[in-house]
Amino acid sequence: MLEIRRLSKTYGTGPDAAHAIGDVSFTVDPGEFVCVVGPSGCGKTTLLKCIGGLLRPSAGEVVLRGRRVTEPPEEMALVFQEYSRSLMPWASVRGNVLLPLRHKQLSKRERESLVQEALGAVGLLRFIDRYPWQLSGGMQQRVAIARALAYQPSILLMDEPFASVDAQTRSDLEDLVLRLRHEFEMTVLFVTHDIDESVYLSDRIVVLTHAPTEVKEVVEVDLPRPRDQIATKELAEFAHLRAHVYRLIKREVSVPTPETSVPVSGTEV
Amino acid sequence: MSPRLYRGAKVAAEIAVPIAMLAGWQLWAVSADDPKFPRPTTILVEFRRLWLFSEFGTHVLPSLERIGIGFAIAVVLGIALGIPLGLSRIGRTAAMPHIEYWRAIPPPALLPISIVLLHSIGNVQKVSFIAFFCLFPVLLNTIDGVRGIEPTLVDTARSYRIPAHERIRRIVLPAALPQIVAGMRNSLSLAVIMMVLSEYFSSTSGIGYVLLNSKNTFQFLPMWAAIVLIGLLGYVLNLAFLLFERRALGWHRGWRATAPA
Repeated sequence: MLEIRRLSKTYGTGPDAAHAIGDVSFTVDPGEFVCVVGPSGCGKTTLLKCIGGLLRPSAGEVVLRGRRVTEPPEEMALVFQEYSRSLMPWASVRGNVLLPLRHKQLSKRERESLVQEALGAVGLLRFIDRYPWQLSGGMQQRVAIARALAYQPSILLMDEPFASVDAQTRSDLEDLVLRLRHEFEMTVLFVTHDIDESVYLSDRIVVLTHAPTEVKEVVEVDLPRPRDQIATKELAEFAHLRAHVYRLIKREVSVPTPETSVPVSGTEV
Repeated sequence: MSPRLYRGAKVAAEIAVPIAMLAGWQLWAVSADDPKFPRPTTILVEFRRLWLFSEFGTHVLPSLERIGIGFAIAVVLGIALGIPLGLSRIGRTAAMPHIEYWRAIPPPALLPISIVLLHSIGNVQKVSFIAFFCLFPVLLNTIDGVRGIEPTLVDTARSYRIPAHERIRRIVLPAALPQIVAGMRNSLSLAVIMMVLSEYFSSTSGIGYVLLNSKNTFQFLPMWAAIVLIGLLGYVLNLAFLLFERRALGWHRGWRATAPA
């Protein structure tokens, strides 16, 4: 479905050039849930922007369903980390979800039903006429997710979408994304720095190295589905995978910092 | 203090000061008995005679018309030029020196040439003069507002392939609106100044004309009545604009109150 072939990204030229992404290749199969994890500052967001067609890679290519990505593809939707920045404060929840539908060849009724369906799916239908800033952080991110759903993408890109919400909301949103991915039959590429989250959500995890970024290892996650916040995380296999990914990343972190030196559940790297 | 009592006290304080000042002026004017400084009560009578409404059509309406048209042109042009300049770095590089140059010139310095250049002492010259100087606050604020758009929002619009015209209408314009409206408010008070100034020269109508003409003919009563009217005009226009702002930017107050900096 999605192929990233020898992608690299360098900012600037000459001696001042910053090699953000060295050489990254991996694939995402149709219907798959793939997480990308890596140490902080390893260029995850740059990578995602290249994949989403927002940034032009310096070398290599991104191929979506056989077509090279040179601009944001129509069948792809992107959810950013900063929901408060990606939503328009002057528009209602409806207006925000409607934004990517206005220029599609749809009737007014089709648009409205897509908006309703998407907001219903994230459980925010009764807040349709509110402004996003009248809602909590978790709810705002659900509006951003609803907007992506209404766009009807076949692949959903998410850039650390739950990094700015509290732990409880985060697990709720994780389960929401798993359910939506099933209901809407989407492929998901999910960037996170939370190792637990990546193991809990994915079919495969792409572990990245430090900048200039390369793929350290691709970890298969064959935990049973449907996943459950308690039962799944109790499994020995979960702990094993978590530890494995953790070690991969920890070896990347040259100087241990207080946050990264003790592997606690939910720790950010 | 109960909220009602507090509000009452606030209103009283707001009204009390001007009343005390007027009373002081009245007392002083009575004792001074100087024709250059008539009593407020006499000015009030003159105000009613002149503006309500014998000279309203001949002098107030033309002034209001000039303000209205000049301001409207400035707003439309300011936004229409400001959006592309805000979006284009090269455009800004090319345009900013010119904007800064013309903006730096004090309006009175351009008044004579506006009469010569436009071959006009009528409304065209006056409206153009008002529009020209009212343009800058709107233009500069629009440029600034457009430049300040949240990059994440721009990326969002790009990733959803929102076409350019929709992007400007749905994202760029509303995002810049708080700044644009702030510029408009500055322009509106400038418009009153420019109106008075433009009516000082080669004019046969308008409040500014009445003001200067009365002074030149030593008619101090209409002069004072004109001053009072101009002050009131500015005050009322600003008030009306605040009401408009509250409606147009209702979301902005709410959002600012909740935004985490």
